[in-house]
Amino acid sequence: MTDDDTGAATRPPSRREFLRASGAMAGGAVAGGLAGRAAAAEPAAPDAANLPPNVPEWMKAPGEPMGNEPYGTPSVYEKGVVRNISKTLKQYISASGRTPLQDLDGIITPNGLFYERHHGGVPTIDPAQHRLMVHGLVERPLIFTMEDIRRFPSQSRIHFIECSGNPVYTRPYGKTASDLVGLVSCAEWTGVPLKTVLAEAGLEDGARWVVAEGADAAALTRSVPIEKCLDDAMLVYSQNGERLRPQQGYPLRLLLPGFEGNMNVKWLRRLKVTTEPAYSREETSKYTDLMPDGTAREFTFHMEAKSIITRPSGGQKLTVRGFHEITGIAWSGHGKIARVEVSVDGGHDWQTAELQEPVLTRALTRFRLPWHWNGEPAMIQSRAVDETGYVQPTLQELLAVRGSNHFYHNNAIWPWRIDAAGEVTNGQA
Amino acid sequence: MARRDTRAIGLAALLVLAASAARAGEGYGIGRPATAAEIAGWNIDIDRAGDNLPPGRGSVDRGRVVFAEHCASCHGAKGEGALGDQLVGGQGTLATAKPVRTVGSFWPYATTLFDYIRRAMPQNAPQSLSNDDVYAVAAFILNLNGLLPADAVLDAHALPAVRMPNRDSFVGDPRPDVR
Repeated sequence: MTDDDTGAATRPPSRREFLRASGAMAGGAVAGGLAGRAAAAEPAAPDAANLPPNVPEWMKAPGEPMGNEPYGTPSVYEKGVVRNISKTLKQYISASGRTPLQDLDGIITPNGLFYERHHGGVPTIDPAQHRLMVHGLVERPLIFTMEDIRRFPSQSRIHFIECSGNPVYTRPYGKTASDLVGLVSCAEWTGVPLKTVLAEAGLEDGARWVVAEGADAAALTRSVPIEKCLDDAMLVYSQNGERLRPQQGYPLRLLLPGFEGNMNVKWLRRLKVTTEPAYSREETSKYTDLMPDGTAREFTFHMEAKSIITRPSGGQKLTVRGFHEITGIAWSGHGKIARVEVSVDGGHDWQTAELQEPVLTRALTRFRLPWHWNGEPAMIQSRAVDETGYVQPTLQELLAVRGSNHFYHNNAIWPWRIDAAGEVTNGQA
Repeated sequence: MARRDTRAIGLAALLVLAASAARAGEGYGIGRPATAAEIAGWNIDIDRAGDNLPPGRGSVDRGRVVFAEHCASCHGAKGEGALGDQLVGGQGTLATAKPVRTVGSFWPYATTLFDYIRRAMPQNAPQSLSNDDVYAVAAFILNLNGLLPADAVLDAHALPAVRMPNRDSFVGDPRPDVR
């Protein structure tokens, strides 16, 4: 739940509110001039006794003792930075919650803010009772314990995972970066290459697909081409250094870098090697893309190149003229981001943004562009180009080919409109 | 640890081992054999040809009873949808501005109906229906969609024979399709 339920008067201010309040005190010079949407709930102004030239109160007495918090949590001033979960869904068993992209820096999503998509709720699995079965067209059908899985040579790699419906093609379009494309997150994953485990079982002739099944109440099933399984697919048990969170498939998840999120089967319990796909519900009636002529694309695995400006972005406000860094994230399921271009004039001119190293394959890539806002209305947007030369399209270009019934794989450019008051809103709305 | 036999390994696995030259021809000896009974208990996949469909049978009439008891609260008494997906109707809408994707209008294979109902439905108690009742519910849903007569009975032979109207409307991935 958000803090809205507890009343603004009693909750600690968010970081942005705090900064804004500080800025008000100091005439805007200190704060950097960017306020979040929640800043409407103004906290009490900071006590001038804590500001220069005075010594702040938190220096005059010892702080919390070590060990006060065995598993650390963010500052009380960051309580507003939580997953973006709609309060009006029909049900929450097969549903999704979004990463607050506009409140994050860098390329790594904190585990507690990683986006969620479940099809049968989040199971509570005792790892001592979890098993992975590998069978089908293999020489040696095998069963692994989690201890077994962790005995294999391990690897750590940084990859994004993105839900295929991020966002849909139809209005209403989201207000914030999270509303729009918050079903993408990025982490360092640790596990064993799938090809290592498949080699342990020994593939037989005719092995063309691997059907993966989760141990959740949906027993979610997706078929993966053998080429992907023998390329960069992994069985992962850790995320950003700690064991997977239950929402991310604890204790074991299939990781298919660059493929649509639902194929990265969570709570993985079974891999069946086959000649044909399973034609499961998820890969026939669910995650297929309807075209204007009534046909539907199936097995649309890759998430194509995409980017979004996260600051300034929808729901934020530029409170001062002058310097503002434009920053955002870009990613491609086909490899590395080669270039990100940013326009601040509605798409007329495009400038090349700086990419933060390391630029990794199938990982979020942070881009930045220095900008001076002159106080006039502006339309800012970014477009990604990946190493295959593919250029992120506009929404209109996508709609012209796919129509608005397509639902999945919308990787459109999303412009943000900045008005003369500095308010940032969705440029497509 | 016993050295594993890789004499008959497939071409793809050979490629894998070639990429891992240090251990070519040798496994790690990790894991234990899965027995036929263990595999049979877990392998609930039904492919589009109906392979692995279990014994049992269910009628449209029996399906009407099971559906009312376990499915109607979410999917509506006649599969019109509510909390759960609409299951019935929508034929002829896929190329319109308001497509209605249901079992009858969209699903390409009837066998997937058995697979999905058994593994995931009812949502509050998946894998709780008997195989007979899964056949029966599938028969009832197909009957509601006009794809089976009211006196139909489904089993491992009859279900794969049901031809779904939208079967040939799926195409591969042509992307990149823009620019």
